[in-house]
Amino acid sequence: MIAPGTQPGLWQTARALVARDLRLLWRRRGDALQPVMFALLVVVLFALALGRDPDAMARVAAAVLWLAVLLAGQLALDSLFRSDAEDGSLEQWLLAPVPLAWLVLVRILVHWATTALPVVVLAPLLAEMLHLPHDQLPLLLASLLLGTPLLSLIGGVVAALTVSIRRSGILVALLALPLYVPVLVFGAGSVNAAARGQDPVGALLLLAAGLVVALVLAPLATAAAIRISLN
Amino acid sequence: MNSLIRWFHQLGSPPTFDRFAARWSRLFYVAAVPVLLIGLWQGLFVVPAEQKQLDAFRIIYIHVPSAWMSLFVFALMAFYAAIALIWRIKICEILAMACAPMGAGFTLITLLTGSIWGKSTWGTWWDWDPRMTSELVLLFLYLGVIGLYHAIDDRRSAARAAGLLAIVGVSLLPVIRYSVDWWGGLHQRQSINVFGDNAVRDQLIAPLWWMVVATKLWFAGSLLAKARADNLAREAGKAWIAERFGTAPSARLPQ
Repeated sequence: MIAPGTQPGLWQTARALVARDLRLLWRRRGDALQPVMFALLVVVLFALALGRDPDAMARVAAAVLWLAVLLAGQLALDSLFRSDAEDGSLEQWLLAPVPLAWLVLVRILVHWATTALPVVVLAPLLAEMLHLPHDQLPLLLASLLLGTPLLSLIGGVVAALTVSIRRSGILVALLALPLYVPVLVFGAGSVNAAARGQDPVGALLLLAAGLVVALVLAPLATAAAIRISLN
Repeated sequence: MNSLIRWFHQLGSPPTFDRFAARWSRLFYVAAVPVLLIGLWQGLFVVPAEQKQLDAFRIIYIHVPSAWMSLFVFALMAFYAAIALIWRIKICEILAMACAPMGAGFTLITLLTGSIWGKSTWGTWWDWDPRMTSELVLLFLYLGVIGLYHAIDDRRSAARAAGLLAIVGVSLLPVIRYSVDWWGGLHQRQSINVFGDNAVRDQLIAPLWWMVVATKLWFAGSLLAKARADNLAREAGKAWIAERFGTAPSARLPQ
C-alpha cells in the first residue's frame, strides 16, 4: 500500500492498476472468454461457408485466422475504457500524479493480455481446424504476437475517441478497421508470402518496427483523445 | 503589432470570419467557373482522341484532379485540426470539419470515374490495384471522421475528437499506402500506364492543369461558404448576428 502523503511512482501505479484490472476480470470470468468464443465461431462459420474442401481451407487459413483475431479484438475495444468512463475512474486518471499516457499504456497492455492473448494461445487449435500447413504455424504465431499488440494500441485511440458516445458499436468498426489495414496486410501477408516461397522476415520486421513506434506514440494520442472525450 | 499578424488574429473571430468568407467564397467561385469551363472545353473538344483508348481517356480530366484533391483535402483537414487542437481556434475546427464531406465527395468521384474508366479500358469495374485500394481506404477514413463528428453531441468536442482522428489518419496514410503497395506487389502487378508507352504529350496535359486549378479554386470557394454556414449556425443567437442580419436574438433562441 502507498502511505498517505507520498507521491506514488510509475511502477506503483502500474502495479495497482494491473491488480485492480485482474481482480475485476476475475470477478467476471465469464466475460473474459467472449473474445475466444467469438474467434472460434468466426472460424467455424468460415469453415462451413467454404464447404468441406481441405485444400481451399488451407489456402485461406492464415487470412481467416488473422481476420478472426482482428474482429475479436475490435469487438473487445469497447470494454477498454467504457466501464471506467461510466463509473468516473477515468476522471481520476486525469487527476493522478502520473502521466495519463502511462496509465493508458498499462491499461492497453493488460487489456491485450486478457482479450487478444487468449485468442493467440488458441490459434494453433483454430489453425488445425482450418488445415493450416504445419510449417506455417510458427510464422502465424509470430505475426500474431507482433500484430495483436499493435491492433490494441491503434484501437486504443479509437476507443478513447468514442468513449463518450453511448452506442458506438458500428462507429468503432468504421473508425478502427481502416487504420488496421497495414497490420492486417503485413501480418497475414507474411504468412502468405511464406506459403508462396518468399521471405516473410521483411513483413515481420515491419510489424515489429510499427509496434515500437506505436508503443511510444499511441498512448500519447490515446491520452489526448481521453482528454477531448471527457472535456 | 504587425498589421498582417493582427489581421490574422482578427480572422479567428466569428464576425470577421463571416465577412471575410462571404467576400472570398464568391470571388473564388467567380474565378473557378471560367477556369473550369476552359479546362472542360479543351479536354472534351480540343484535345484529339487517344490512339488506344479513343475518347474514353477524357475521363482523366475529372479523375486525376479529383484524386489529387482527395489527398490534398485530407492533409488540409489534418492541418486545420492540428491548429484547432494546439491553439484552440474555433474557426479552424469549423474549417477542418467543413473539409471532411468535400474530401469524401472528391474521393467518391475519383472512385466512380476510376471504375467507369477501368470498365472501358481494362474491362473490369474493380481491381485490387494498390492505388484503388488505398483510395477506398481513404474514403473510409473520411467517413470515419464525418461519422465521429456527427456522433458526439457537443459541437466543439465533436470537432476536436474528429480532428484528432484526422491527424491520426494523416500520419497513418503513408503507412497504409506503403502497405497496400507492398501487398499489391505480391500479387501479379497490373502496371497500367495511362497513355501507353510514350510519355504523356504536352497537348494532352494542358487541360489537366486547368482542371487542377479549377478544382482547387472551387474547393476554396465551397470550403469558405460551408465554413461560413457552420459558423453562423454555431453563433446563432449572438448579438452580432442580430446586428448584421436584423433578427432579434432573444426572439429565436431564449438563453
